[in-house]
Amino acid sequence: MYQERIRSIVAKSVKLSKDITDIQDSDDLYSVGLTSLTTVNLMLSLEDEFDIEFDDNRLSRQTFESIAALNDAVEELSA
Amino acid sequence: MEAHALRTFAQIKATVHELGQSIVAAHANDVDQQARFPHEAFAALRSERLLSSYVPANFGGDGLSLTEVSELCRILGHYCSSTAMIYAMHQIQVACLVHHGQESTYFSGYLRRMCEEQLLLASATTEMGVGGDLRSSICHVEVEGDQFTLTKQAPVISYAQHSDAILVTCRSHKEAPASDQTQVLVDTAKTKLTPLTGWDTLGFRGTCSAGFTLEAQGHKDQILPTPFSVVLAHTMHPVSHLTWGSLWTGMAQGATNKARLAVRDMMRRSDELPQVTALRLAELDEVLFSMKGGLAGAMQAYQAMLDSNNLFQAEKYGFAIQVNNVKTRCSEMVVDVVSKALQIVGIGGYRNDGKYSLCRELRDAHGAALMVNNDRIRGHNATMQVVVKES
Ligand SMILES: Cc1cc2nc3c(=O)[nH]c(=O)nc-3n(C[C@H](O)[C@H](O)[C@H](O)COP(=O)(O)OP(=O)(O)OC[C@H]3O[C@@H](n4cnc5c(N)ncnc54)[C@H](O)[C@@H]3O)c2cc1C
Repeated sequence: MYQERIRSIVAKSVKLSKDITDIQDSDDLYSVGLTSLTTVNLMLSLEDEFDIEFDDNRLSRQTFESIAALNDAVEELSA
Repeated sequence: MEAHALRTFAQIKATVHELGQSIVAAHANDVDQQARFPHEAFAALRSERLLSSYVPANFGGDGLSLTEVSELCRILGHYCSSTAMIYAMHQIQVACLVHHGQESTYFSGYLRRMCEEQLLLASATTEMGVGGDLRSSICHVEVEGDQFTLTKQAPVISYAQHSDAILVTCRSHKEAPASDQTQVLVDTAKTKLTPLTGWDTLGFRGTCSAGFTLEAQGHKDQILPTPFSVVLAHTMHPVSHLTWGSLWTGMAQGATNKARLAVRDMMRRSDELPQVTALRLAELDEVLFSMKGGLAGAMQAYQAMLDSNNLFQAEKYGFAIQVNNVKTRCSEMVVDVVSKALQIVGIGGYRNDGKYSLCRELRDAHGAALMVNNDRIRGHNATMQVVVKES
C-alpha cells in the first residue's frame, strides 16, 4: 500500500534506465540501475520518509530488489 | 560408474600432504621459473581423484565440506602457491555447479562426468572494459534454437588452455542490462581461444593466467539455470574469499615454518642466538594467528549456512562485509608474514636458491591483493558499512 510513495523515492534516488512508470512492482531494480552505492541513498531516503529503521537482519539484496519487496519491508517496519 | 572406496578426510589430508612434500614441492621452482602449468602436480591430483573432492558422493565425489576443501587448499599453499591457486579456483567453479546446477539434467550429468574424468574447470569473469567489476558484463550469450554462441574479451583466464571447461559470465541476452548476468559452462576443446595478452608476471606465474578472445558455442543447457547475481552472493563470493584466504594462510604458514627452521639452525650453530630473532618469530606467529582466526570465524559462519541449507543468509550485508574482510586482511597479512619471515631468515631468504629462500613466496604474496583489487572490495564495504548498524 506504500507503493506510490516508494516509487517516487526510487525515481529520485536511483538513476533508472527506464521510466519509473514502466517498472512493474515485481521487476528487479538491480537490472534497471540500482547499484550497491545507490542502495545506501535509497535506504536512507526510505528511513526518512517513513520514519523507520532497517535492522541489520534485513540488509541484503533481497530487501531492495523490487518495489514489492521494499513495500513488504516498509509495511513490516512501520507496523 | 566405477565404484570408489570411501576415504576419510584424515586419509585425504595425508595424501595431499604427501603429494605436496614430494611432487608439488619438487616442481614448484621450475613451474615458477618457466611460468608453466604445474602438470606433474595436477596429474597426481587427478590420479588421486582430488579434483572432485567437493562433489557430493552420489555423483562420485568425496563430498567434503567447504571447510575441508579449504583445508586442502591451505595444505597445498605450503608447497606451491600456483598449484594451490589453481586448485582453489577450480573448487570455486565446482561449488557453483554443486550449489546451483544439481537440479538441471545437464549439470548433474556433468558433475558425474567431472568425477569420472577428473575434469579441471577454469573461470572467465573479468572482461576487457569492465576491469574487475564482477557485476557487469559487456558480452552476452546468443541463443538460437537449442544452440548458443558466446564471444568474450577476457584479459585474464587462469590455466585456460589446460582446463577442460571454462565457466564464463556474460549478459543473459542481447538486450539485457550489464548487471543481468548468467554463466555458461563452455567446453575448452570446442572453444576458440585467440591470445590477447601473455602471463609474464611477478608471481603466481604457474597459474598461466593469460588473456584471450574466447569464442564458444554449444547447447543451451550449458547455461547455468540460476542467475549470476544469486550464484555470486550465495557461492562464488564467499567460496572465493574463503578458499583464497585458506591458501594464502598456507603460504604464510610455509614462510613461518622456514623462518622457524632458520632460527633453530642458528641456535644449533651457536647457543648465543640474539634474543630479538626469537622475538621476531613470536611476533610473526601473532600475525599468522590473526589470519587464521579471521578466516576461521567467517568459515564457520558460511559452513553453518551450508549445513542448514540456508544460503540466503549469505546475502546479508553483515556477512558480505565479513567475507570481504577475510579477502582484504588475509591478502595483506600474507605479504606482512612473508616479509617478516625474510627479516628473520636474513640473506638466506633473499637468495633465489637454498632451503631458506623466500623469494618466490614474496613475489606470489603480492598477487593476492590484486586479484579482485582490494580497493574495489573496500569500496563495496564502504557503502555497506554506512547502512549496517553493527558488524
Ligand atoms: C593470479 C591471478 C589470477 C587471476 N585469475 C583470473 C581468472 O581465472 N579469471 C578471471 O576472470 N579473472 C582472473 N583474475 C583477474 C582478477 O580477478 C581481477 O579481476 C583483475 O586482476 C582486476 O584487474 P585490474 O587490476 O586491471 O582492474 P581493477 O579492479 O579495475 O583495478 C585497477 C585499479 O583501479 C582501481 N579501481 C577501479 N575501479 C574501482 C572501484 N570501483 N573501486 C575502487 N577501486 C577501483 C583499483 O583500485 C586499482 O587501482 C586473476 C588475477 C590474478 C592476479
